[in-house]
Amino acid sequence: MYDYAHMLKKEDVEKLANLSRINISDDEKEQLIVDLDAILGYVDQVQEAAKDAVEQDYGFLENIHLREDSNPHEEGAYTQAILDTAPDTEKGYLKVKKIL
Amino acid sequence: MIIDVENLTIKEAHKKLIDRDFSAVELTRAALKLAKERDGEVDAYLEFFEDSLEQAKFADELIAKGDASMLTGIPIAIKDNILINGKIASAGSKILEGYVSTYNAGVIKKLKERGVVFIGRTNMDEFAMGSSTETSFYKQTKNPHDLTRVPGGSSGGSAVAVAVGVLGSLGSDTGGSIRQPASFCGVVGLKPTYGAVSRSGLMAMASSLDQIGPFAKTVADAEFIFDSIKGSDDMDSTSNPNPEYKKAPEGKLTIGVPYDFIKKEGVDKDVLKNFEDNIEELKKAGHKIKEIKLPNAELSLAAYYIIMPAEASTNLARFDGVRYGLSNNGKDLFDDYAGKRGDGFGVEVRRRILLGAFVLSSGYYDAYYNKANLVREHIKQDYKKAFDEVDVIATPTTPSPAFKIGENTSDPLKMYLADIFTVPINLAGVPAISVPCGAVMREGNELPLGMQFIAPHFGEKILFTVGKVLEEIRRTN
Repeated sequence: MYDYAHMLKKEDVEKLANLSRINISDDEKEQLIVDLDAILGYVDQVQEAAKDAVEQDYGFLENIHLREDSNPHEEGAYTQAILDTAPDTEKGYLKVKKIL
Repeated sequence: MIIDVENLTIKEAHKKLIDRDFSAVELTRAALKLAKERDGEVDAYLEFFEDSLEQAKFADELIAKGDASMLTGIPIAIKDNILINGKIASAGSKILEGYVSTYNAGVIKKLKERGVVFIGRTNMDEFAMGSSTETSFYKQTKNPHDLTRVPGGSSGGSAVAVAVGVLGSLGSDTGGSIRQPASFCGVVGLKPTYGAVSRSGLMAMASSLDQIGPFAKTVADAEFIFDSIKGSDDMDSTSNPNPEYKKAPEGKLTIGVPYDFIKKEGVDKDVLKNFEDNIEELKKAGHKIKEIKLPNAELSLAAYYIIMPAEASTNLARFDGVRYGLSNNGKDLFDDYAGKRGDGFGVEVRRRILLGAFVLSSGYYDAYYNKANLVREHIKQDYKKAFDEVDVIATPTTPSPAFKIGENTSDPLKMYLADIFTVPINLAGVPAISVPCGAVMREGNELPLGMQFIAPHFGEKILFTVGKVLEEIRRTN
């Protein structure tokens, strides 16, 4: 039986928050340790249940129906409407702070 | 003329529209009036659409031309996570406050062509994450049967809208978000087979589980809405282009009951008593009751709370603040992202995104996500085996009647348990319906209960058949 639950530390929560690009207050981090530990403790059941699993038992795709990649809509038909929903744009582009 | 919207079904309204007893404009006006009156108390809606009467005029033109179908001119409400071109869709979240849809969802396209009238958008748990509509950024929707109780969720607003009068509504169901609030509010709610209804234009929470479905006052009405929204869509590669719908069974039904699964600790004893009484009535009506086993069903919630947050954390990555919503005010690009996502997402959404990031991170991926998918496969097989022996499976929809506002908010795990009977259905991808089946008394209020029927893939007709049987039993008793 794995036992990852009840082991989360503040640094773990900070790492997850960082990966998820979400600022979280110190108070909430403490609460998240408690909540995530409880949830992970509960979902741990799947590991015992599936301990003899082999790769072929899962992971296959089903019910996916691909269409032909053709007949695109007219270029630019939705551009303005989509740009209008963004907070900051310039000359038909979405604007963000400089990266380098 | 006075139209009694509160007691009007789609079937009756359709007849009256065709017979010109009233027009779609008159019906819409009456439905809006009632919804606005009741909304002061129940807070089901986030917005009433100003162009409702314009939409109704189009419906009246269709009727005049003889082009009416069953839903033409019928006023319905739409959950806040389904896109209607030009209208706000916020998914109950601050991060999408004021976001205006740039296209129509697949289901909206279909309904618009038929002249269905959308009167407003309904409140919901933020990004459909919740079982009580308490995580909405905007307001708390109340249960019309007891205003101190939750309506259920996440489609709480759509359930309440129908419970207080509108003729139908659309919700979305990822782990019970249509059936559970339908049960709590005393209306019918259907979660269709995965792939039966287009998800295009539904804001995705967990793409392998989400499905749009109807709320209605009767099983027949839910069937009319389902028939109007089903069908394949090029814009959703998981909508099935060649569904093989099963025929409705003739004669008496064989109904499977997974007693082992139902009689767990934590199920309210009045709920269990009500369920057994209803099963007894079905037996008296000549239907065969057969005990079945679903050995993996009790692992459903554990698998669900791995798969759902994994998919949700991926889906919600698109809300980066660059393409939608809140303005930029961070010190650099990372801070723009993290600031807006920290501020724009509520506590439950943040919790699930972090949980998803955890179960997908390298080192834990095999232990959690892959194992959960295996359990999911086992659950699917359980149903497959069960349907070799029975036409349909029955369970209570929820383990308890509606709980108090605030009762479960501090304990996420306790909140999650409200979905114990509905979650396995989404994992298996099969359809299920919640049908009102009586009530329990709590503090002087009658709180509705629902009975859930589950059918094999594309067995919706079986659900409508057995749902109507139960309605008939309850009408005559």
